[in-house]
Amino acid sequence: MFIIILLVLLAVALWGVLVYNRLITLKNRTDESWSDIDVQLKRRYDLIPNLVNTVKGYASHESGVFEKVTEARTRAMSAGNSGDRAEAENVLSGTLKSLFAVAESYPDLKANQNFLALQQELSDTENKIQSARRFYNANVRDFNTQIQVFPTNLAAPAFGFAKRDFFELDEEAAKKPVEVAF
Amino acid sequence: MPSIYTSYDRNVRLTWVYLTGFLVIAIGIGYVFATALNAPGILPIAVIFSVLMSFGSYWWSDSIVLSMSHARPINQEDDKELFRIVENLSITAGLPMPRIYVIDDTAMNAFATGRDPEHGVICFTTGLLNRLEKSEIEGVAAHELSHIGNRDTLLSTVVVVLVGFIALLADWFRNSLWFGRRRSDDNEGGQLQLVFFILAIVLSILAPIATMLIQLAISRKREFLADASGVLLTRYPEGLASALRKISADPEPLVEANRATAHLYIADPFKGRRIAKLFMTHPPVEERIAALLGTDN
Repeated sequence: MFIIILLVLLAVALWGVLVYNRLITLKNRTDESWSDIDVQLKRRYDLIPNLVNTVKGYASHESGVFEKVTEARTRAMSAGNSGDRAEAENVLSGTLKSLFAVAESYPDLKANQNFLALQQELSDTENKIQSARRFYNANVRDFNTQIQVFPTNLAAPAFGFAKRDFFELDEEAAKKPVEVAF
Repeated sequence: MPSIYTSYDRNVRLTWVYLTGFLVIAIGIGYVFATALNAPGILPIAVIFSVLMSFGSYWWSDSIVLSMSHARPINQEDDKELFRIVENLSITAGLPMPRIYVIDDTAMNAFATGRDPEHGVICFTTGLLNRLEKSEIEGVAAHELSHIGNRDTLLSTVVVVLVGFIALLADWFRNSLWFGRRRSDDNEGGQLQLVFFILAIVLSILAPIATMLIQLAISRKREFLADASGVLLTRYPEGLASALRKISADPEPLVEANRATAHLYIADPFKGRRIAKLFMTHPPVEERIAALLGTDN
């Protein structure tokens, strides 16, 4: 009788170990994919000074825009995590849009090979940021599913695993459809 | 309501079902042959032979297939846009970026190979790259990357080992009949021996065909699976659906393809083959497009 109880306890303990290991693996993958988004954001930070200098070469008197971009970049780089960071990133995206709008008025600038290459690189970086976010969401989905299915959901809270949030757009303006006016 | 997710789950499940069934049948057939010949020792030998024969093709799958297809490598400077497409998809999938190769042929096709994601290879024909739009190329690239991520090279090697194992046993059995190597020194259980013997004769003809059919069935399900996984990367099924439509509408066969590599391509490279669905390496294009876009489209 005593042996049976012992065996049952042993089986439960073993199951607990397997569940814990699986959840730790998924959680670490999710954390890593969150940092991967940072890697892509950093790519963007690195491209911006070069871009600002190239545009300055043709449109030196548009200093207001340059200052805004540089300031937004500094703020985004020094922002902490989550809320502040997301907002700073959105502000930075906005200033970059203004910078490209300014560049529209300078045909020489638009023909400049360096500028074109930088524009392509930035566009590609935006795609890479989206890719990294999608990968993060996939990992969050797998992690959340694993901690919510039965019987893992019995053990997960005891081990301190909590549901993670998907990457969502907070900026209301980004959710609205883009107006195209000629 | 079916979705890409249920399609994904279903195809993974079916692969396991087919593979398990295959394994059971292979063991059963092996047992029949071994008993009929009264030589149980041939089972492990057949297994070892099959494994050895297939291991080389698996381990060096990238070099072998690339040299057979006369493909040339591409790096970032050669085709920035393609490089970026593949790079971004690799980020979305969380896979290391595969090496990119190109075949100079106006026919539209693509394949992926490599023993694991770290040694992954994707190859496109120049015809495909020139005639498809960016979103369509992205759909194709996502499908091919999914083959690598789903370890389809490993799976098809396992399947080929099983097929080879059966084929070997069937051959040895037929050869032993021909050269009259039947062991008559064991007369016990004579009637049971006879039953097995007759069964073995039948199987030596049917088994190779049956195993080939199972192999093709698994191959078709993996194609569906690669379609579904690819769309889970791009989140844009119309891209791949449109690409498949264009590829299937093109009657030109691929010069470099041969029967050994045909199953790797995204679409059957031998155009206009009139064969029954059971013998197809790829599912019919209409079914693939219907699965991608949902049956109500």
